Amino acid sequence: MFHLALKMLMGDRAKYIMLVGGLTFSALLMTQQTAVFQGLLSWTTSHLRNMRAPLWVVEAHVDYANETKPLRDTDVNRVRSVKGVDFAVPMYQGILKARAFDGSDKQVMIIGLHGATLFGRPPQMLAGNLETLRLPNTVVIDELGVQRLSAGRKKPIGLGDTFEINDREARVVGICRTERHFFGYPYVFTSYDQALQYAPRQRKMLSLILASPKPGVTPAEAARRISAETGLKAYTSDEFAKVTVAYIWKNTGIPMSFMTTIILGFIVGVAVSGQTFYSFVLENLRHLGALKAMGASTWTLARMLLLQAFTAGFIGYGMGVGITAAFGYAVLPGGQPPFVLEASSLIRTAVAIVVICFFAALLGIRKVAKLEPAVVFRG
Amino acid sequence: MKPESKSAVTASGVTKSFGVGDSRTVALKGTDFHAAEGELHLVVGPSGCGKTTLLSVVAGTLKWDAGDIQVLGTKLNGLSPSEITAFRGEHIGFIFQQFNLIPTLSCVENVSVPLLLNGTKRAAAERKAAELLELVGLGDKGRKRPTELSGGQQQRVAIARALSHEPRLLICDEPTSALDSETGHQIMDLLSTAARSPGRCVIIVTHDPRIYGYADRITAMEDGRLKHVLAGDPLKQFVQSHR
Repeated sequence: MFHLALKMLMGDRAKYIMLVGGLTFSALLMTQQTAVFQGLLSWTTSHLRNMRAPLWVVEAHVDYANETKPLRDTDVNRVRSVKGVDFAVPMYQGILKARAFDGSDKQVMIIGLHGATLFGRPPQMLAGNLETLRLPNTVVIDELGVQRLSAGRKKPIGLGDTFEINDREARVVGICRTERHFFGYPYVFTSYDQALQYAPRQRKMLSLILASPKPGVTPAEAARRISAETGLKAYTSDEFAKVTVAYIWKNTGIPMSFMTTIILGFIVGVAVSGQTFYSFVLENLRHLGALKAMGASTWTLARMLLLQAFTAGFIGYGMGVGITAAFGYAVLPGGQPPFVLEASSLIRTAVAIVVICFFAALLGIRKVAKLEPAVVFRG
Repeated sequence: MKPESKSAVTASGVTKSFGVGDSRTVALKGTDFHAAEGELHLVVGPSGCGKTTLLSVVAGTLKWDAGDIQVLGTKLNGLSPSEITAFRGEHIGFIFQQFNLIPTLSCVENVSVPLLLNGTKRAAAERKAAELLELVGLGDKGRKRPTELSGGQQQRVAIARALSHEPRLLICDEPTSALDSETGHQIMDLLSTAARSPGRCVIIVTHDPRIYGYADRITAMEDGRLKHVLAGDPLKQFVQSHR
């Protein structure tokens, strides 16, 4: 009987297309918006992945990874003195103005790496040599930096080219690849001492301390000791990422606006699919009554309706997720909008579609269960 | 009707009402009904006299309020709803006024439905459905959808469907009322032939006097009660008077 149930569903082209279309739209909205939201959240912690340190030590009132509250220079030595810490290096991070070739100002994220170790170096060098950063007035910029700072140039800015940061010369000695910063700033890596030259003078210039635990000490244990002994906040990379994401969830309207769209996708799915499937059942009520008269049990009819609803759901889900994936492939090379499609998102959407289909089928099953087969004898 | 024929349907003192309070309508008022195997039995009477309700109750598609119903030796009173459904599926075939063929399925698929409901495999069910369509003169229409056929052809598909699982009781609700006279007679020829199968009974509710001549027995109803039962010479006179 079940192949006939599918033929009944697909034979009613208009309703079938409407049903699958509603489920596709719903799956698309839920998956795509979740992927963009996940992508946006990943940007909030990209800073951590761009510098890849096991331990991050910040001022006690820093709430998330992109926040800077300066430390005293002596704090580096305080961290180094904590038992279990292998080494600790100072780092500068700050947003400064860079002047492009055409005279326009671009905001860039300056990262000042410890000159001796270059600890916190960018994940991938595309051109040039990072060691050259030890020379004066040198910088390594990322691909977004190349794009932004090439304004007015005949060809993209490259190795040996110069631009200005805070009216000081910056010579490009390397191009690197980074993950995009949450606020969309290009990364400009330089040495810690050079960064202090570029940055406006303040009483405290140290932004944060990157550290590493000694062999045999876990990062979590080392972080706990640093926090306890120095009064600073020390995080492992994972902890800092979690704290950052939690901060975004709690203190910004971003999750709420995405959640609203995702919930709307679910509601659209329930409304369109539920209504369409219910009207499909109503239109076929006479035929379902005839089947009941001919000996089809309510359970058999219920299974037929479930099969119809879940088949439409499966196809709609596949199409919705497929379109989302195509969207992802289209936007990922450009880096905008952010897009991270995780297996958990696919599972959540699948669960939502199952709920929608079950609800839609349930409406029909309720009707069929109450249906007297004698309905077929009424004119 | 042959005198030794076994009873196919016996209903005694059946009552059925619809609605409550002021809107309560009593459709069957202690109705008795009897139909035997091997006969083509017509149930006639004016609109609203309870014919279709009687048919629905006898077929086990509608719960009744009181009375005893025995179909093909099985007392329906003692069966649960699911047992009645299974009983219908196995022993009763239906032909409806509006055919009730599923428009999105082909004729073969429509005819195979009762077989599939009784557990026959798809290939065997479709093979038998094709044979039955051949039998009703629609062998070449198997892959067509019902909407592509005329009313008479659709009713022939419905007959093939009703006979597909070889039921012993065939319940027909106004099978000719939507058809022209010639097509109506073709349909009745098929039903008459079906009624001659051993052990089978065909009960037809009808308003259509054109088909009275096919009956072995006619039960006339009025106001929810049995008015009279005609067979033999009185039946012949009744048929003559309606020509």
